[in-house]
Amino acid sequence: MAGGNFEKYKSDGSLAGNLLEWVDARFPATSMWKGHLSEYYAPKNFNFWYFFGSLALLVLVIQIVTGIFLVMHYKPDAALNANGVPVAFASVEYIMRDVAGGWIIRYMHSTGASAFFIVVYLHMFRGLIYGSYRKPRELTWLFGVGIFLVLMGEAFFGYLLPWGQMSYWGAQVIVNLFGAIPVIGNDLSLIIRGDFVVGDATLNRFFSFHVIAFPLILLGLVAAHILALHETGSNNPDGIDIKEKKDEHGIPLDGIPFHPYYTVKDIVGVVVFLMAFSAVLFFAPEGGGYFLETPNFYPADPLKTPPHIAPVWYFTPFYSILRAMVWNFFGLDAKFWGVVAMGASVVIFAFLPWLDRAPVRSIRYRGPITKVMITVFVICFFILGYLGTQSPSYWGEKISQVCTVFYFAFFLAMPWWSRMDKFKPVPDRVTMK
Amino acid sequence: MSNQGKVDCGRRRLVVATAAVGGVGALGALVPFVSSLLPSERAKAAGAPVEADISKLEAGQMMTVEWRGKPVWIINRTKEMLDTLPKLNDAVADPKSEKNQQPEYARNDTRSIKPEIMVVVGICTHLGCSPSQKFKHGSEEGMAGDWLGGFLCPCHGSTFDFAGRVFKAKPAPTNLEVPPHVYLSDTRILIGDDKKGA
Amino acid sequence: MKKILIALLFAPLVALASGGNVHLDTWPGSVKDKPALQNGAKLFVNYCMNCHGASYVRYKNLLDLGLTEQQVKDNLMFTSDKIGDLMGIAARADEQKKWFGATPPDLSIIVRARGEAGAPGAGADWLYTYLRSFYRDDKRPTGWNNVVFENVGMPHILWELQGTQVLNHETHKLELEVPGKLSPAEYDKAVSDLVGFMVWMAEPQQEFRRTLGFFVLAFLAVLFVVAYALKKEYWKDIH
Repeated sequence: MAGGNFEKYKSDGSLAGNLLEWVDARFPATSMWKGHLSEYYAPKNFNFWYFFGSLALLVLVIQIVTGIFLVMHYKPDAALNANGVPVAFASVEYIMRDVAGGWIIRYMHSTGASAFFIVVYLHMFRGLIYGSYRKPRELTWLFGVGIFLVLMGEAFFGYLLPWGQMSYWGAQVIVNLFGAIPVIGNDLSLIIRGDFVVGDATLNRFFSFHVIAFPLILLGLVAAHILALHETGSNNPDGIDIKEKKDEHGIPLDGIPFHPYYTVKDIVGVVVFLMAFSAVLFFAPEGGGYFLETPNFYPADPLKTPPHIAPVWYFTPFYSILRAMVWNFFGLDAKFWGVVAMGASVVIFAFLPWLDRAPVRSIRYRGPITKVMITVFVICFFILGYLGTQSPSYWGEKISQVCTVFYFAFFLAMPWWSRMDKFKPVPDRVTMK
Repeated sequence: MSNQGKVDCGRRRLVVATAAVGGVGALGALVPFVSSLLPSERAKAAGAPVEADISKLEAGQMMTVEWRGKPVWIINRTKEMLDTLPKLNDAVADPKSEKNQQPEYARNDTRSIKPEIMVVVGICTHLGCSPSQKFKHGSEEGMAGDWLGGFLCPCHGSTFDFAGRVFKAKPAPTNLEVPPHVYLSDTRILIGDDKKGA
Repeated sequence: MKKILIALLFAPLVALASGGNVHLDTWPGSVKDKPALQNGAKLFVNYCMNCHGASYVRYKNLLDLGLTEQQVKDNLMFTSDKIGDLMGIAARADEQKKWFGATPPDLSIIVRARGEAGAPGAGADWLYTYLRSFYRDDKRPTGWNNVVFENVGMPHILWELQGTQVLNHETHKLELEVPGKLSPAEYDKAVSDLVGFMVWMAEPQQEFRRTLGFFVLAFLAVLFVVAYALKKEYWKDIH
């Protein structure tokens, strides 16, 4: 826990010591170092699932740094240049070819975008299985849901910038979805686009959102997320509260200082991540057509729609849910209900702390019902994701409807199924499994 | 712990080793970012050498060519213009062009390869304005009675002679820059490159 | 319930079947073959650049193929005189649209644009098959059609080299009716070289990328060993 509770630094007489004492009298430097690192006691039994928080922070830094350098050369202009190519599209190829090292920076940013979602989904899954969202960490979880929503927006705005066919038509489809909202829909679409169709006005405002507005919001939410976590202390794979057993100095018996133990462990995590990241960047930067999509190598053409428009892979589960809603209700279009379902499918995560009524936090001490429910939920998520990449089809629609029902049932029925399960006795102290 | 000293030593060595390897990696990662700040291929292409055709440049006349976004003057100096130069050796700040404002082949009395043809960047070495022509003598140009001809910078009053040399006690510190250039033939000059290209 | 399970089982197959693709021949070349790329560059500039630009590539980049600046200036530069210029064309997009029905696309990254998710190399295969699949069709305004790209607006620019093919409507196979300047094997090689040039042009630094990647991964392996040793050393404290 940071902020004023730690002793200010007293100099040992050296120059560095004197300087630190001067700073500490004016800024909570030592206090923050101790509160968040050297005297932040984290449970000693963190496992593989606990790497993804620091990795998410790493990817955020990668995206910001590469983004800063890309903006030096990228031009958000939909007008055609002397060769008949949109300036924005040509500026990306300019970065790839004419700017020294530009291609590495571009590939880092495109690989980083997909890596961000892989890491974040795994990070969320950890929260799900170990009950990290439960009291007293509800606010950490809510800030996290906020981060996820803002990240989706950030990725959506960013994807328009290369101004390829997929960029253009994907944005056109998604903005038109807002048109489905009754009464205000059309005006809302007009305000988002800044024009009657996606065009230069849209490109420039999405550039502003992607480069300035959303990164600032994201940084604020990430800071809040970490501060909230450090206020309560971290959860662990056994789901037990390490603060219940402290030694004579008030230090949790099962706690270890984050620095140096987890800094040193997270460095290994970072290196392994960078190996996977580099393997993709240097040997398969297109990610099999999922990280850099094939139709996006054609410049945007407002008069020609590509045969298959699909959102980028990380949005496809939610897109499937949207497409699954094909019925008109209460005088409102299926299109509107699709938007509602898609929105609900993300927002519903926020309610987890209150939907889960089990007496036990972690999946380790829960029974078969929980394990089956979570397993089927994950399978549905993957099926929905896969179906979202495919063109609509009869069986695709039916299967996504079934999966959507299960997806919402997982959450909405949780107050009952989470209580019905068999539970194992939770140990006193953490297990190093 | 009994082996306190040994453990700390081993630990420190590993920290140093990891930091060293990590540091090398960080430097390597820095390379594409720093390189991206250098002039791109587009900038290099736009800054490529420019050819000037002086076949129609009559004696006493000046033409301007753009190179790297800057005006480059080519003056066909008359004998009278050249004769003013030795007279001004005491009036100019750097008569022998000792400061590095020109290539070696232009470090001579006329600051040029061929005596009659002056090639110089038309930007004042004070703060970057482009000086005006004051080729006529004395008060004909509104200059002082002993003015022999050259250039006057309108921004802060620096003056230069027909070889681009700056006069003493003026705001501009150095002579006008002579760009690298080479004669492709008697009437064609390549500005921005010294070597006769492939 | 059973129906749904069976459906789940067959879903992937259904997805594949909806492709509706022509069989594509595998492009036989390699982007490491510099003489082939040089030949491809020559074919590209002489045949393709009458209508198609390569407006993200500079003539200067062709030096990477092992050519000298003089060779590039003498053999490959027709409409520009500066080696730093972009390989654009003079034709205007709107006029081309009027004449051909569609604007001939810029070919700088056509190999990437014609790719396929999950199929590396598909773009090259598409182009290789396309350029060998033209046949005479008097119903088309250009007199040519193509098995890979039905009702394409592009005429068979390389017809003098390949000769004239016709489509046998019974066997659905292409047959060479009038031979061209090159034998079928020679034509295939020429097309392979041209496609190779376009593969290179889509990402000129690809070979460097792969080499650098090898060194980066090797470096990270070393860093992993040292970082892991560090972790293990500190975690000796923890039980």
